[in-house]
Amino acid sequence: MSAENPITQAAVDEAVQQALSAIAEAADLAALKASRGTTVGEQSAIAALNALVKNLPNEFKAPSGAMIGKARGQLNAAFAEREAALFEAEEHAKLAAEAVDVTAAGQPTRIGARHPLSLLQDQIADIFIGMGWEIAEGPEVESEWFNFDALNFDEDHPARAMQDTFFVEPVESHLVLRTHTSPVQVRSLLERELPVYVLCPGRVFRTDELDATHTPVFHQVEGLAVDKGLTMADLRGTLEHFARIMFGPDAQIRLRPSFFPFTEPSAELDVWHPGAKGGARWVEWGGCGMVNPNVLRAAGIDPEVYTGFAFGMGIERTLMFRNDVRDMHDMVESDVRFSEQFGVTL
Amino acid sequence: MRVPLSWLAEYVDLPAGATPDTVMAELVKIGLEEEGSHAFDVTGPIVVGEVLEFVEEPQSNGKTIRWCQVRVAPEGHKAADGGADVRGIVCGASNFGVGDKVVACLPGSVLPGGFEISPRETYGHISDGMMASARELTLSDDHAGIIRLSEMGLDPKVGTDAKEILHLDETAAEVNVTPDRGYCFSIRGIAREYAHATGTAFRDPKSNAFIEGGSGYEVTIDDVAPIRERNAVDRFVVRVVKGIDATRPTPAWMVARLKMAGMRSISLVVDITNYTMLELGQPIHAYDFDKVRGNLIVRRAKAGETLKTLDCQTRKLHIEDLVIADKSGAIGLAGVMGGESTEVSSATTNILIESAVFDPISVARTARRHKLPSEASKRYERGVDPRMADNAAARVVQLLEVHAHGAADGLGADIKLAAEPKPVWLPQNFATELVGVEYTAEEIKEVLTEIGCVVATVSDGYEVNPPTWRPDLQHKTDLVEEIARITGYDRIPTRLPIAPPGRGLTATQKQRRAIVNALAGSGHVEVLTYPFVSTEQNKMFAADAKQVALKLANALQEDANEMRVSLLPGLIDAARRNFSRGLTDLAIFEEGSVFLPAKAIGANASLPAGNARPTAAQLEALVQTIPSQPHRVAGIFTGNRVPQQVGIAAVESSFEDAIHAARIAAKSIGVNLEVRQATPVNFHPGRSAELFVTHGKEEFVIGVAGELDPKLAIENNLPRRVAAFEINLDVLYEVAPKVIQAAHIGSMPAATQDLSLEVDLAVPAAQVLATIQEGAGELLEHIVLVDDYRGPNMPGGKKSLTFALRFRAEDRTLTQVEASESRDEAVTLAHERFGATLRA
Repeated sequence: MSAENPITQAAVDEAVQQALSAIAEAADLAALKASRGTTVGEQSAIAALNALVKNLPNEFKAPSGAMIGKARGQLNAAFAEREAALFEAEEHAKLAAEAVDVTAAGQPTRIGARHPLSLLQDQIADIFIGMGWEIAEGPEVESEWFNFDALNFDEDHPARAMQDTFFVEPVESHLVLRTHTSPVQVRSLLERELPVYVLCPGRVFRTDELDATHTPVFHQVEGLAVDKGLTMADLRGTLEHFARIMFGPDAQIRLRPSFFPFTEPSAELDVWHPGAKGGARWVEWGGCGMVNPNVLRAAGIDPEVYTGFAFGMGIERTLMFRNDVRDMHDMVESDVRFSEQFGVTL
Repeated sequence: MRVPLSWLAEYVDLPAGATPDTVMAELVKIGLEEEGSHAFDVTGPIVVGEVLEFVEEPQSNGKTIRWCQVRVAPEGHKAADGGADVRGIVCGASNFGVGDKVVACLPGSVLPGGFEISPRETYGHISDGMMASARELTLSDDHAGIIRLSEMGLDPKVGTDAKEILHLDETAAEVNVTPDRGYCFSIRGIAREYAHATGTAFRDPKSNAFIEGGSGYEVTIDDVAPIRERNAVDRFVVRVVKGIDATRPTPAWMVARLKMAGMRSISLVVDITNYTMLELGQPIHAYDFDKVRGNLIVRRAKAGETLKTLDCQTRKLHIEDLVIADKSGAIGLAGVMGGESTEVSSATTNILIESAVFDPISVARTARRHKLPSEASKRYERGVDPRMADNAAARVVQLLEVHAHGAADGLGADIKLAAEPKPVWLPQNFATELVGVEYTAEEIKEVLTEIGCVVATVSDGYEVNPPTWRPDLQHKTDLVEEIARITGYDRIPTRLPIAPPGRGLTATQKQRRAIVNALAGSGHVEVLTYPFVSTEQNKMFAADAKQVALKLANALQEDANEMRVSLLPGLIDAARRNFSRGLTDLAIFEEGSVFLPAKAIGANASLPAGNARPTAAQLEALVQTIPSQPHRVAGIFTGNRVPQQVGIAAVESSFEDAIHAARIAAKSIGVNLEVRQATPVNFHPGRSAELFVTHGKEEFVIGVAGELDPKLAIENNLPRRVAAFEINLDVLYEVAPKVIQAAHIGSMPAATQDLSLEVDLAVPAAQVLATIQEGAGELLEHIVLVDDYRGPNMPGGKKSLTFALRFRAEDRTLTQVEASESRDEAVTLAHERFGATLRA
């Protein structure tokens, strides 16, 4: 019982040292993985020592197994640690290599935009939708009857000549390019059940040459309410609410007497624009009034029972003073730079 | 209407220091819109001078100038500019003599247009001032010579301020008069409004002159064809003044007032008629009495009749024109313009004054027909007070007596045909009910009386007789406007009416928004173009070359006189404009209507005049006359979809951009567009598509997409490759689902496979894809074409299409075997249909 254990601590230590050096020397993950067999695998020195254990005398088996098991644990841990370190280093190198100058980021897709005139019409529509009104539309090439007669423009009234109307050939067709969105008022009154609260945005036409403040093709938004007991106070309240949403809580409105064939009494509408460039000021905004009884009659409505109010304003004009657009050309020339400043909001 | 302040001040009291701006500020309150102010813009030492002597000096340039010595201050006194009493002045005119009184503009004075006078060296002299012509002072167009004050009937002292003598300190306020307020085209009317605005007393100029009217002159009113059953003449007053001196000057104050009112001084008689019209609102015509042959007849023009009007134009008359005639035929267009044959001249001694009120409609039509809008026609169109005609005629007589030294003659006429204004019934509370202000009975009566109405209080309201100058006051609402206007709109309170619960945007309105927002959100820029195009542009994309477009009768430009039938020509113009500004990578779109001819022409004749509801049948007929105006959306693409940038090569825009944009638009409202090869007019024959939708069993063509014919692109100064699409939104809205029914989203694992099929080159990929879907059945969840290979190692006339397929079953994990079986079914069907073979 004096025979010595052929698996000495020194031999195990040597095998461990050898493997640890190999693990430490592996320069990258690939080299480490390649060394797996000879460092911790079946071809390793420690594996060779382990193979001897089963032939040892019984009394040596347990201590040797424990000695080798401990060494293997140490090696596996070292291998895993090295593997993690190398992985980390390689990932790091990869990220460093992938770095870019983010300030040079390009534009892989286009950025689009809405035209501000169409956005503004939507925005105004939303204000009135929020008040329970509905949006009414009508044709741009319109019958003279809807554009004039039904709106109390007598065929010989000077106001009719003042409208600078585009006529469609032949004149017997009695067609015009609508000079205002007001024909939609009559259409709405003919088509809808009372009471009526509608907003009519749309494109209108007058024979003005294009210059910094005029365009033959422009947009209006017109409001019409017909109900029992409506007064000019309701008109004023509606306009004030609208103005405050459009121009901020400090906006005010002012009415000045005027004339329109389809309203009586009639008024010009000014708005106190707190955000005006160069300081708050009064701005001419549109026209309004109480619906002329003849317009109600044209729609078969009894003016002794119902009253109504109407108002209208130019979209271009509103955009000009709200967003400081200085020249009408910008709004009609389709230069993409103009729309692009707005994106999809105003 | 331009209102000289000194004139206005005769009929209302203006506060001290009143200016055109302060007057306008008052008038704005009661509804006369501010237009601007006017003045002579003459300042500085402008004095009466006397020509003492002059020497005529011929110049090398052919002109002869006069080197004048002009006394500009009494002897021994300093002149207005502080200088000597006699000045040397060079003058180019030769219409004056020694001893003439002239207007001397001394150094320091400023004439209209900012023309500053200073001593200057000219023609070898130092000219120490200037002698002014009437044009230089903007008094008239006369520039034939300098002003000789004696010619104006003036003989002021040397050195006095010529500005005062010529009334160059006159200023005027200009206000815009709305068409319902014809009476405001007079100083009388404006003074009345000013009195309403300020509460000051109004002195009616109507009573300026009243000389008993004449009689015994015969005027025949013979209207054989009344317009709209109206009186052609409401009043016709004739007066005669004899023995006038037509060569006498118009007084300086009248010249200045006319000038500030916007009218030119022409001759004394004409000036007096204009002056009276401006003062009272009653147009006046003066005839040379000796040139009128026989008595006056008011009648419609005869067929083929002509008239040489005062502007020396011979006009062919229309049988609807109302004329003033004598034995010789028409001698004037009633209310519009007089005739040359009876024109007043410097030799005229006897004057026939016509102060008449004609039918507004007749005058308006004639003025429009002959393109002769005049100061007279403007007033007639808006209504002239028929009770003023005799006063106005008397005023003319008075002014002719005073200034032309004539004598009123007993001869004259006064025909009164005007109907009395009808009383208007105003219920007690009506104004309050319409305006929302609690008006008292006193207020209502006071306002209405103030504007000239006669108000009688009856049990529950008022019987209101409007004044004759207010033909616009016909209904109770007209009276309410007056009450609200005069008491001030600022009294109207604020109340927000509550609308009944709304339904929000309509389905179509939401769809329209979804489409434009989807296009903008996917990189397209919205533009708005004019709908006016040329005939050529309208034919550009028309499948039918004979297609008729709507034409404008009065287009602004000859080459843009049609209404568009397609959005594309306008977008091509827009693209070209951007391109010419260096913006070359474009993806623009427009949403809007196009215009197609109506089914029927004209229905107005049978419609009510505008105060009664048309019958259902009339409305239906009317609808038929209105052109169809379908909504479209279209887009144009030029340059690069993706520009050259760091790490990315440029990607050129192509037909794919156009097809994709159309798909985005359709998909945004739940519609899947299908595509097939097509050859739309003026599109690239090999790179264009027709877009359609299969809806139920039916197929709807929605539009086109592809690349434009390069020739067309180049003709329009665009690059060779321009892509475009246009789709019909009305059809799209029709086929779009009202509610999108959701498919079940399977969560079992998917099996993916690639499939390459060899087919003939002519077989469209979309058809192969559809066939695979059909053949593979419901296990095929998704398919996409990933390659179209036409390389050299393909058999002749063949291509290889590769699809990526994703299979999934709802209830189990799919095996590759099941997926392959499904795929094989697809291959079999594709083989049957197109002879497709599986590519190894």
